[in-house]
Amino acid sequence: MARVGAPEPIGVIGVSLVGPTIIAVGTDAQKQRYLAPILSGKEVWCQGFSEPNAGSDLASLGTAAVRDGDDFIINGQKIWTSFAHFADFCLLLVRTNPAAPKHQGITCLLVDMHTPGIEVRPLRMMSGDAAFNEVFFTDVRVPATQLLGQVDQGWRVAITALMNERANLGAGLYAMFRRSLDSLIRHTGRIHRRGRPLREDPLVRQKLAQIHLELEIFRLNNLRALTTINKTGIPGPEGSIQKLYWSEFNQRMTRAAMEILGPLAQRHDFDSGRWAYAYLRSRGNTIEAGTSEIQRNILAQRVLDLPKSY
Amino acid sequence: MDFDLSETQRMMQQAARTFLRDQCPADRVRKIMETETGLDEELWRGMAQQGWCGMTLPERVGGLELGLVELAAVAEELGRACAPGPLLSNLWAATLLEKAGGDREWVASLLADIAAGSRRTTVALLEPSADWEAGRVTLAAEPVEGGLRLSGKKTLVGDAATAEMILCAARHGSDLVLLGIPPAAQGLRITSAPTIDATRKFYDLDFDGVVLPASHVLAQGSPAEKALRGATDVATIALCAEMVGGMQWVLDTAVEYAKTRKQFDRPIGSFQAVQHQCADMLLMLESARSASYFAAWALSEKDAAAEGAVSIAKAYCSDAAREVGNRGIQVHGGIGFTWEHDLHLYYKRLKSAETMFGDATFHRERLASQLLDAKTV
Repeated sequence: MARVGAPEPIGVIGVSLVGPTIIAVGTDAQKQRYLAPILSGKEVWCQGFSEPNAGSDLASLGTAAVRDGDDFIINGQKIWTSFAHFADFCLLLVRTNPAAPKHQGITCLLVDMHTPGIEVRPLRMMSGDAAFNEVFFTDVRVPATQLLGQVDQGWRVAITALMNERANLGAGLYAMFRRSLDSLIRHTGRIHRRGRPLREDPLVRQKLAQIHLELEIFRLNNLRALTTINKTGIPGPEGSIQKLYWSEFNQRMTRAAMEILGPLAQRHDFDSGRWAYAYLRSRGNTIEAGTSEIQRNILAQRVLDLPKSY
Repeated sequence: MDFDLSETQRMMQQAARTFLRDQCPADRVRKIMETETGLDEELWRGMAQQGWCGMTLPERVGGLELGLVELAAVAEELGRACAPGPLLSNLWAATLLEKAGGDREWVASLLADIAAGSRRTTVALLEPSADWEAGRVTLAAEPVEGGLRLSGKKTLVGDAATAEMILCAARHGSDLVLLGIPPAAQGLRITSAPTIDATRKFYDLDFDGVVLPASHVLAQGSPAEKALRGATDVATIALCAEMVGGMQWVLDTAVEYAKTRKQFDRPIGSFQAVQHQCADMLLMLESARSASYFAAWALSEKDAAAEGAVSIAKAYCSDAAREVGNRGIQVHGGIGFTWEHDLHLYYKRLKSAETMFGDATFHRERLASQLLDAKTV
């Protein structure tokens, strides 16, 4: 879909993160109920993880879920929640045991976003668009049947979800980046500087070739990771190489594009402002879905087995 | 789709690792480094017995006729061991001989000896202009009575002193000419050219009216270009795989050091600054690995992606090898900078590999040409 330039699918969280997590830890009833509508796009999901005080230190989250008969009552706030403004369901992480060590008091719930008490407020990014939100929970009643996994075992569920998120973003991204690069290459044929088309400039050639080879290697790394998932069923921490790789790659690519295209690319009317947008938006890539700092920590600690630093 | 080594390939790689761990430990590397020719006859015989001299050569000349992925798997281990010796030069030349040689009897006989390990060859391509592009070779091959006369220079020719035959790229008019030259040929002076990498021995060749019979011409014109390009691609892939093995050693050694070296009452590997250096090394190494093995596969399968794949691999490996080497030293601190520590053997080997068969800039220009120059927009 990305290869033909289709708009980004809003079912991406369901397909790449929630679905695989339900497959890994859900009950048969949950698989029956939720997987088909995720695949068909009938139901859209958002991910209620980060909070204003719980970003990289996600395990310190404080949105509380208190047991009341057959239900949980939820109070708290989530932030950076993509697609919450039209999502049907939320994969929500809550604290069910404030007395336990922080990783051991977390629970994962499948929450209907139409439940009374849920308020969604959009957040605008510096790139101009408002794809994510704050989500406020005030005395939201969720049946205990909506538990994904066991009470207080939600951290494992969260890790599974995050590893899937990292691993599955790959294929669509490659096609999107490829289209971008191909478009940039076309520009270098059209735009002339000092009497020659940009694509004859040795420095432009070096930059384009570097983007191209890094992009092709991203694709190869994805195929290797897919082979591992096919063989073992689970993406390993190696999935963290991909997120680190593509986020920093995209920053290099958008930077190179702005350098090659020159100052006029900052105009809103230059190619519909797409290069400037992409450049600004790319600054969020190394922060969302796990910051580059966290990715490097994970690689060091989980893949290379270096001792924990915190 | 399977982006992984097969069971057989893994076993071959493991066997190579075991052989080199036993036969080529670091102190032997250091001993061989100190010799003039870098050739340890006993180690060479061992490699020949493993089948490495003729790994990719046809069975009819005594080779194992294995593919390039198998070659890469073994080459990675050679890099991990920082193994000295003429194996890479020999591989390049043997591949060239096989692609260009045609039916000549001396070629078939030489190939058989190469596969058996009893004779060695190398390729002379680079000239003082330091341009890896075969199209810009200038060593002149002038027709004279009885054959061709060579005048000019070649530089950084690997293992020339221990080769029984040197395959040389020369120019006659607008044609590339490939010739087989015996090192004792009259008018040929071979001098040692030591570089920062002492595990590989390089030589300068001075051709002062070296006359060779026509029978020593292997190929001319576009068949010569094709054969040289194909053989250099194979050697480049083997080198990339070696670089992956070397980078793996650097990463493993740095991580091991970071786990054990303590400062401020903790292993230095518990500091994020050190962890992040190691994480960067891992990302570069694994990406280099993906690129190198894909190139080996694509070239083996004659896939349409092969041409670009070799340059993608060499460009990335060239930069990655330098960066991994740098971080490896940094993580080790002071001792990483000593002669006594083995790190510098790998550092210099990787640095030398960075420019062999073209550095990142050279291969990026090749990729740019493929990407941009055919376009009519």
